Amino acid sequence: MVEVLNTVDPVDVDAVNAKHNRSLYAKRVKIFPKRVSGTFRQLKWWIMAITLGIYYVTPWLRWDRGDHAPDQAVLVDLASQRFYFFFIEIWPQEFFFLAGLLIMAGIGLFLVTSTVGRAWCGYACPQTVWVDLFLVVERWIEGDRNARMKLDNGAWTFDKLRKRLAKHTIWILIAIATGGAWIFYFADAPTLLPNLFTLEAPVVAYSTVAILTATTYIFGGFMREQVCTYMCPWPRIQAAMLDESSLVVTYNDWRGEDRAREGQRRRNPENSYGDCIDCNLCVAVCPQGIDIRDGQQLECITCALCIDACNSVMDKVGRPRGLISYNTLENYENSTKEVPAHTHLSALFRPRTLIYTAVWGLAGLAMLFVLLSRDRLNINVLHDRNPQFVQLSDGAIRNGYTIKILNMEPQPRSFRLAIEGIEGATMTRTGDTASAARITDIDVDPDAQKSVRIFVTAYPDYLDGTSTLFRFTVKEIGGEEHAEYEALFHAPEE
Amino acid sequence: MATKEVDEHSGTETTGHAWDGIKELNTPLPRWWLWTFYATIVWAVGYCIAYPAWPLISSVTPGLLGYSSRANVATQLEEAAAAQQIYIEQIGALPLEDIRTNDDLLSFALAGGASAFAVNCSQCHGSGAAGASGYPNLNDDDWLWGGTLDDIYLTIAHGVRFDDDSDSRYSEMPAFGRDGILNREEISDISEHVLALATQEHDASAAERGAELYVENCAVCHSDNGSGDTALGAPALNDAIWLYSRDRASIRAQIQVPNHGVMPAWAHRLEDVTIKQLTVYVHSLGGGE
Repeated sequence: MVEVLNTVDPVDVDAVNAKHNRSLYAKRVKIFPKRVSGTFRQLKWWIMAITLGIYYVTPWLRWDRGDHAPDQAVLVDLASQRFYFFFIEIWPQEFFFLAGLLIMAGIGLFLVTSTVGRAWCGYACPQTVWVDLFLVVERWIEGDRNARMKLDNGAWTFDKLRKRLAKHTIWILIAIATGGAWIFYFADAPTLLPNLFTLEAPVVAYSTVAILTATTYIFGGFMREQVCTYMCPWPRIQAAMLDESSLVVTYNDWRGEDRAREGQRRRNPENSYGDCIDCNLCVAVCPQGIDIRDGQQLECITCALCIDACNSVMDKVGRPRGLISYNTLENYENSTKEVPAHTHLSALFRPRTLIYTAVWGLAGLAMLFVLLSRDRLNINVLHDRNPQFVQLSDGAIRNGYTIKILNMEPQPRSFRLAIEGIEGATMTRTGDTASAARITDIDVDPDAQKSVRIFVTAYPDYLDGTSTLFRFTVKEIGGEEHAEYEALFHAPEE
Repeated sequence: MATKEVDEHSGTETTGHAWDGIKELNTPLPRWWLWTFYATIVWAVGYCIAYPAWPLISSVTPGLLGYSSRANVATQLEEAAAAQQIYIEQIGALPLEDIRTNDDLLSFALAGGASAFAVNCSQCHGSGAAGASGYPNLNDDDWLWGGTLDDIYLTIAHGVRFDDDSDSRYSEMPAFGRDGILNREEISDISEHVLALATQEHDASAAERGAELYVENCAVCHSDNGSGDTALGAPALNDAIWLYSRDRASIRAQIQVPNHGVMPAWAHRLEDVTIKQLTVYVHSLGGGE
């Protein structure tokens, strides 16, 4: 009998870098948010109705601007470079208004975030609103969470095919309406709509509709939370915007833990458990597929649906609401089961939010001031450089100017251009037969710029060396508006 | 063998790399991201096939769609030329005065004239048409050969003292000194009189002597009061604008052996429509009569 001397005991180990252990890519796991009702769900329905309403209806609003301007209340006229917003008309050089609006939007977002966290993400972001809309359709056709999961896992039956077909058809219709509405902001909506159907609209209209339809359908129907988690920069910026006093959707674990289900509680009556009965409803309703009880997470858009879900459960089990609630990090950390900290309104008024509010308000007031005091008449003067001056046979000196008069009103207007300064100086206008004078009248088309060539002639005796300051003034005939431009008159050295 | 390290907070495996205690999580990329990447590759391949892409020795692969930015530009230029045709025809058919008083034709002619001027005329007259010594300034109101539209047109079309064009404007001032018509004293006296006509500093007694000589020798072209004669290309001597210079030495030199400027006739080189546009342009510079 021979004994085996060299036996080897297998080691219980799993290779860390084994292929099956380490996937470089993660597959999206489908999320089937359960229907929930409550305060925040109600609020979200309202916000959804309002934002979608604004989006779809705005291009159809009319605003009378007379015969010389479009009557669409909100219109971005790219071809003629005008932006119309109700009583406001903006020219390209007034583009700073858009910069101002973006600054206000940015600071507004900071303000909102520093006070109520990612409210934008949870309530008003188009991604959230359209995903909500797509989910409504999905629930309507396929049923709530369990039915949808069952359908999704089930074999391809006629019923499944029918439901899927109906769902995707409605989704695509919504997507087309969404992409379609966008282009109405850039052209006269009542004209463009029939043109779209008779194939008379410009190619760019169709391609824009096609692209936006595709993105709406894909983002709203399939990518959903992936857009927020992987594509959107805001969740990353978020980390820098929140502080200890910002309201965020919080699972108050000081009150909820230790969590236990009913059975466990019955079996161990001597243990003191927290309020969380581990029903997982907060997880089931979450459109982002997270468990809020894990704490603050990048994926959380603070839609507050878990609050609604948990409140309904707390009502049922006879515990106070607010196990999941809007809470600040500061309160959360200072709270214990015995002494919960309460959120005070004063948390809203801290230096940071006050500064944001002040800057936001100042930007708004500055824009309002500029808007109310801006000119609808402008004059620009380009002095000839080559030659700077021309000597005339009688010894007079002549300078040439190209004068641009901007009539920014949607009506035709006439203006009186005049020279102020330089005694005896007169002007003539190319293409005008009038004799030399100190004034000339110029008609400008509505909402247009007129360019005129002006020759100013002056005698050396009245000139102040090689360059003399004078003014072109322009005044509306039969109106109040006026503008002026300081110009130089060049003369040769004596 | 490396040990698998898991981040305590996120529960995600780390790459093992740490910077100042911050560890890099080894989060897997979403798979759709990978597919998007593949889609861009497929798109790029398709694009290479559909559009001009790969450089060859003397050209590029043409692409199935036959797209060419150069051909697009050529088409746009043709379209632009076709759109201009209506103006060009009108300018060709209408008299100059009608072009000048029609807003659309005027702005078209000014643009065309300006570019023709830059190419053909600016070499002598300057890019701003301000001229130089011996080359007239076209901005002012003093014209050697007349400043009406028709005068300007004739000058551009047939030139000045241009031998190859029989209709060229022609005149020649005698070389009074070189040919012995006048002696040095007489030339000096006439120069003083010309300075007087130009209201410049002068020797009054010499100018008085020169006045008589001026009437005998010069007035037939330059006229008694020195206002010149555009029919003969005789410059006005009584104004502030001088083709050469109005100092004493220059005037004497001009009487002794005159300079004569030459301008080519453009009718042989430019189309009539272009000359008309140039005429309107030069006329618009400020001195047009």
